[in-house]
Amino acid sequence: MSAAAWEALRRCTQARIALGRAGHALPTAAVLDFQLAHARARDAIHRSWDIASFAGEVAARGWVPVIASTPVTSRVEYLKRPDLGRRLTDESEQCLRSRHDPAIDVALILTNGLSSTAMDRHGLPLLDAIVAALAAEGLGCGPICLAENGRVALSDPVGAALGARLAVMVVGERPGLSADDSLGIYLTYAPGPCNTDAERNCISNVRPPAGLSYAVAARKLAYLARQALRRQLSGVGLKDDEPGFALPKP
Amino acid sequence: MNYRVSLQGQSLAFRDLKTLLARASPLRAADELAGIAAESAEERALAQWALAEVPLRRFLEEPLIPPEQDEVTRLILDRHDAAAFAPVSGLTVGEFRDWLLRETDGERLAGLALGLTPEMVAAVSKLMRNQDLIAVARRIRVVSRFRNALGLPGRLSTRLQPNHPTDDPRGIAAAVLDGLLLGAGDAVIGINPATDNLDNVHALLSLLDELIQRHAIPTQSCVLCHVTTSLELMRRGSPVDLVFQSIAGTEAANRSFGVDLAMLREAHDMARELRRGTVGEQVMYFETGQGSALSANAHHGVDAQTCETRAYAVAREFAPLLVNTVVGFIGPEYLYDGKQITRAGLEDHFCGKLLGLPMGVDVCYTNHAEADQNDMDDLLTLLGVAGCNYVMGIPGADDVMLAYQSTSFHDALYLREVLGLRPAPEFEDWLNRMGIFNGRNALAGEGRNVPLLADLTGLAGSSA
Repeated sequence: MSAAAWEALRRCTQARIALGRAGHALPTAAVLDFQLAHARARDAIHRSWDIASFAGEVAARGWVPVIASTPVTSRVEYLKRPDLGRRLTDESEQCLRSRHDPAIDVALILTNGLSSTAMDRHGLPLLDAIVAALAAEGLGCGPICLAENGRVALSDPVGAALGARLAVMVVGERPGLSADDSLGIYLTYAPGPCNTDAERNCISNVRPPAGLSYAVAARKLAYLARQALRRQLSGVGLKDDEPGFALPKP
Repeated sequence: MNYRVSLQGQSLAFRDLKTLLARASPLRAADELAGIAAESAEERALAQWALAEVPLRRFLEEPLIPPEQDEVTRLILDRHDAAAFAPVSGLTVGEFRDWLLRETDGERLAGLALGLTPEMVAAVSKLMRNQDLIAVARRIRVVSRFRNALGLPGRLSTRLQPNHPTDDPRGIAAAVLDGLLLGAGDAVIGINPATDNLDNVHALLSLLDELIQRHAIPTQSCVLCHVTTSLELMRRGSPVDLVFQSIAGTEAANRSFGVDLAMLREAHDMARELRRGTVGEQVMYFETGQGSALSANAHHGVDAQTCETRAYAVAREFAPLLVNTVVGFIGPEYLYDGKQITRAGLEDHFCGKLLGLPMGVDVCYTNHAEADQNDMDDLLTLLGVAGCNYVMGIPGADDVMLAYQSTSFHDALYLREVLGLRPAPEFEDWLNRMGIFNGRNALAGEGRNVPLLADLTGLAGSSA
């Protein structure tokens, strides 16, 4: 089969087809290419997140950053104990409670999750877009909460402590071989101790230019937030049915 | 009942059989996460001593999950065959390990299957080293048939897994072509669909059916949708070769998958009625994996490996063509690293084989596990030695739909080369006839004219 024919087939899929072979094995270039992609994914997972400098950037924008802590003490523990990444330490819980304010519509939380690379690359510009989009809806955000080693459900105790009507979690997604820098956004109505994942809406694969852009993601979030407040629910009961607004193909 | 051990000045008691099994389990993250793992290496070693003393009969007397709460327990007890159990019925778990290692007659080992419960098999595996799991599994051949014979001695088959993130038929056809040209696909050509939408699954089934019919490929297809989707598609006349379902070892975990035994029975019966097999009528394809009951919060305090083995009782009720433990897919909070994934893969393969199942293993990991492709090479090689029926074949080992890494078409070629393992006989003949293999269990030269190519390139290039 000709190289041109394989080239045409290769355009049909991102899958690693037509790699050639050296005897029974993969050729050197294919092996090294795979290992580079895996190395990037591993680095994204294991790199620590410079939360202090991120907080400094948030403060420089005139917003109030609050660093919240989970009981997780290491990256290894984070990977093995997802339950701990969903909890606040007592100290953080009290700190957030002291900021309880009925004027907070949306509790905004950011965590590096499984990809510090994603948060470093896209966290601030996405935050800018989200704050602007929510403000355009007339929704007030409380302090910008930052947490290292958090899971999605950490937004429940944070939202509850602040007394917010909605919780929005921005989290680094699990890196794959083709993308190590995706952010996900999760929206929960009435955050509290009894929420399940079925009660959340997710906007995934925020990583311009290959994935979703900041503006599109923020606009989708604002739309879902408005619908969630109007219908007093989130999750499987709240569909993304924004008219005339299809997602661009990745 | 209390289980005790006193040894070298140390004395320990375990409150019941499931606690003893959990404490005796080789270390894994899932049991730590569930809070049922041994607290120390010494406690684990002592629990293994205590477990070695437990009579096999005890597992019939003390169900780990009460039968009134769980249909899987009822199935296990109802199906227990006392006559098949007779040769080992007087043994303890420790004596049973010795018996298994002494018994070199594969027929006699296979004859035990219906006399053993999953709990007995899980228990003995906890006392076995990796080499024991390999040595015993290697003696047991479980052969299953639909359009070819899988699991014969000296054979290794592959599932060709041509997944695509949006189920694009051209992208899938391109990956199928790549796989067939590298000799993959005799266990099944199986697609994980991006969505269970009926029209979408029907389109994928039709694509594979046309390909298999037109080129008379001695293999079977499967789109791995939910069993209820397959039921509906069979009613509508879609070309369903195999019915797929993920299953687990407790009724509650199966409920979280949206299935029960009655539903599986209905699908099994309906698929057999279609009579699409040529050399056999085994129509079910099941996937399992340690940790699934825990992740559904449905484990009843039973350790992950024992829950997994109970899933095999569900599987064997339906005489499947393929059972596949997707060993490293679930993530590091269940199997933390390459060592735990390797151990779990060997345990699952051994336990499934001893219970009479045609076991395949998806040798795999996610990026947040402490594992890499070298760990996969190790486990793949061990499973080749252990006589595993089939492994996955994925372009470049990178599944772009499910975002995890498994084994590649090339990996199967490696195993064929180093261990002399050949594809299923009907498929091997086809590969030779098509000029893909050279008649000596290896790929023909790259310049060979393969009649399949023109058609398949057309398929990949035209359908939109």
